[in-house]
Amino acid sequence: MSTVKKTKSTGKKPVKAPKGPAAVALNADKATSGGITADDLGVENNDQAPGVRRRDFIHIATVSFAGVGAAAVAMPLVSQMSASADVLALASIEVDVAAIQTGQSIKTSWRKQPVFIRNLTPAEVEEANKVDVGGLRDPQTLADRTKPGKENWLITLGVCTHLGCVPLGAAAGEVKGEYGGYFCPCHGSHYDTAARIRKGPAPTNLVVPEFAFISDTVVKIG
Amino acid sequence: MSFPWAQEYKPQGTVSKWVDERLPLPRLVYNAVGAGYPVPRNLNYFWNFGVLAGVALVIQIVTGIVLAMHYYASVDGAFNSVEHIMRDVNAGWFLRYAHMNGASFFFIVVYIHIFRGLFYGSYKAPREMIWLLGVTIFLLMMATAFMGYVLPWGQMSFWGAQVITGFFSAIPLVGEPLRQLLLGGFAPDQAALNRFFSLHYLMPFVIAGVIILHIWALHIPGSSNPTGVSIKGEQDTVPFHPYYTAKDGFGLGIFLIFFVAVTFFAPNMLGHPDNYIPANPLSTPAHIVPEWYFLPFYAILKAFTVDFGIPFTGVIIIEAKLMGVLAMFGSILLLFFLPWLDTSPVRSGHYRPLFRKFFWFGLIPCLVLLTYCGGKPPYTQWVILSQIAAAYYFIHFLIILPIVSRIERPLPLPNSITEAVTGKPLETAAA
Ligand code: HEM
Ligand code: FES
Repeated sequence: MSTVKKTKSTGKKPVKAPKGPAAVALNADKATSGGITADDLGVENNDQAPGVRRRDFIHIATVSFAGVGAAAVAMPLVSQMSASADVLALASIEVDVAAIQTGQSIKTSWRKQPVFIRNLTPAEVEEANKVDVGGLRDPQTLADRTKPGKENWLITLGVCTHLGCVPLGAAAGEVKGEYGGYFCPCHGSHYDTAARIRKGPAPTNLVVPEFAFISDTVVKIG
Repeated sequence: MSFPWAQEYKPQGTVSKWVDERLPLPRLVYNAVGAGYPVPRNLNYFWNFGVLAGVALVIQIVTGIVLAMHYYASVDGAFNSVEHIMRDVNAGWFLRYAHMNGASFFFIVVYIHIFRGLFYGSYKAPREMIWLLGVTIFLLMMATAFMGYVLPWGQMSFWGAQVITGFFSAIPLVGEPLRQLLLGGFAPDQAALNRFFSLHYLMPFVIAGVIILHIWALHIPGSSNPTGVSIKGEQDTVPFHPYYTAKDGFGLGIFLIFFVAVTFFAPNMLGHPDNYIPANPLSTPAHIVPEWYFLPFYAILKAFTVDFGIPFTGVIIIEAKLMGVLAMFGSILLLFFLPWLDTSPVRSGHYRPLFRKFFWFGLIPCLVLLTYCGGKPPYTQWVILSQIAAAYYFIHFLIILPIVSRIERPLPLPNSITEAVTGKPLETAAA
């Protein structure tokens, strides 16, 4: 307030403000020195004073309010991107595995992603169990990755955990890599007979989806 | 605009005067690419490539908009709609081949443009902002080209989308949810294709906006030149028009000859035949490679095959996958810091004997090697070569360049551009 007073004494002569709101607006600069003063508006209008001004509060409040509004609008704009209801609805499938012979595997599709169902040979099971789990990049035993009593049924996503290619080894005649399981040709990841990562850039074992045997020969995935 | 001797725009007729007082757009053009913009008199053809990149963008926008009139962004229909463009739409084959090869030529031109900047030190003060905006444009172009390549929904489109969005899954904790958010599903599908089309349509216009900022920033100091010596006076410059409109126009003609030659006679030379097989989400092609312009970065990605950890303890600090992705993005983001890594005050490589050696015998072979290895399958010999080249890439920018800038004794610079051109000292030339 002191500043306003000072301006008055050193600055321009007070001018009589014309009547009416429009006139006040047109002479906004005169308004503070003449007609309507900061005092009349009940605010401290000392812009030059250091420290927090009362007007800062209304600035912050206005910007925060607008910010909350913008964030509220951004929410649907971002969330529209995530998987829609119909995509999520493809949640589970049932597969009859009776026809898969020992040593064979099939590819099927779950949530638009390939799934490998492999009937391991006893030799492959043994090879998987021989491995020192502690030395693996993603330590898991074959038992961790299969169902009790059904260790020969290795069910994994056919999605390389590196950057998502479909590894080779599920179809007849495809290379199985240095560890006899799967081989991803994209950047050279080798998986063993329990589909564990053994060599190459992939960080984890092939993902075992949630699954259960709902009868002796039917698996429900998802 | 930037020099006191720049010619002033003088509207002639009454209409021109009327317009100039109300919207001085002709004046802006005159000062930006007309006689009102003084340019160093000694620019060589490397300075042609900025204009060519602009033309390439226009070609992409024009051909892209007409392709979008026939294209159909659906997983069942996209591939067929592109074939429909190729076989049924009048001149469709030409428009598509022009767009497809236009992308490649856009990158060729931009790579030469960047090469010019690297050799002649164009990124140095006072042009850092131009460089930063340029690297931004490069990143936007890569995103645009990637999303465009997904649109025909062939095998390479699909698996490219899978692998490239897979980069995000390397980020700890939030990676996989983020990837699913970007794709709108668990794997590339309708949601991903549709949004890529939407963004592929948008991004070129964002690029155009950033190009305007790039040129705005350029017009403050004006162009650099092959000597790297700053402009001293009027005798060092010529007006952009007619001198460089003519020179750039000639260069454009040469560019278009190459462009149409490839478009008409070898339209699939730079592409990959697997993309003429419709996308199959259950089978990855035996050998997936990105478009040629991404190969050096792809090689860096593939160079990381073992985890980085404390030896013999099994403690992993960074997984190979994350490291590969970080290195790949890092190799581009690093360019943002280049103006502050190369501290030598001498701009042009011509006057930097040591810099020049590392440039021609280090950086260039390293980039060639990366491009070559990027296209090779992940066999041990290629992986080792990529590792060596990737290591050199980072060492070059982060270690060699700062050291060279400090220890090098540059050759004597000419006193002025005019002296360099005429061989006469400044005073006589100016007189
Ligand atoms: C920065 C500029 C652009 C670049 C680098 C670019 C790049 C690409 C690439 C690499 C393809 C794949 C070509 C193929 O394999 O067939 C493509 C396809 C496509 N682009 Fe663009 N593009 C650009 C601008 C645009 C614009 C402005 C539009 C307008 C909507 C557009 C619309 C399309 C359409 C509809 C396709 C699919 C048809 C096809 O595959 O030929 N593009 N783009
Ligand atoms: S995606 Fe399998 S190794 Fe990269």
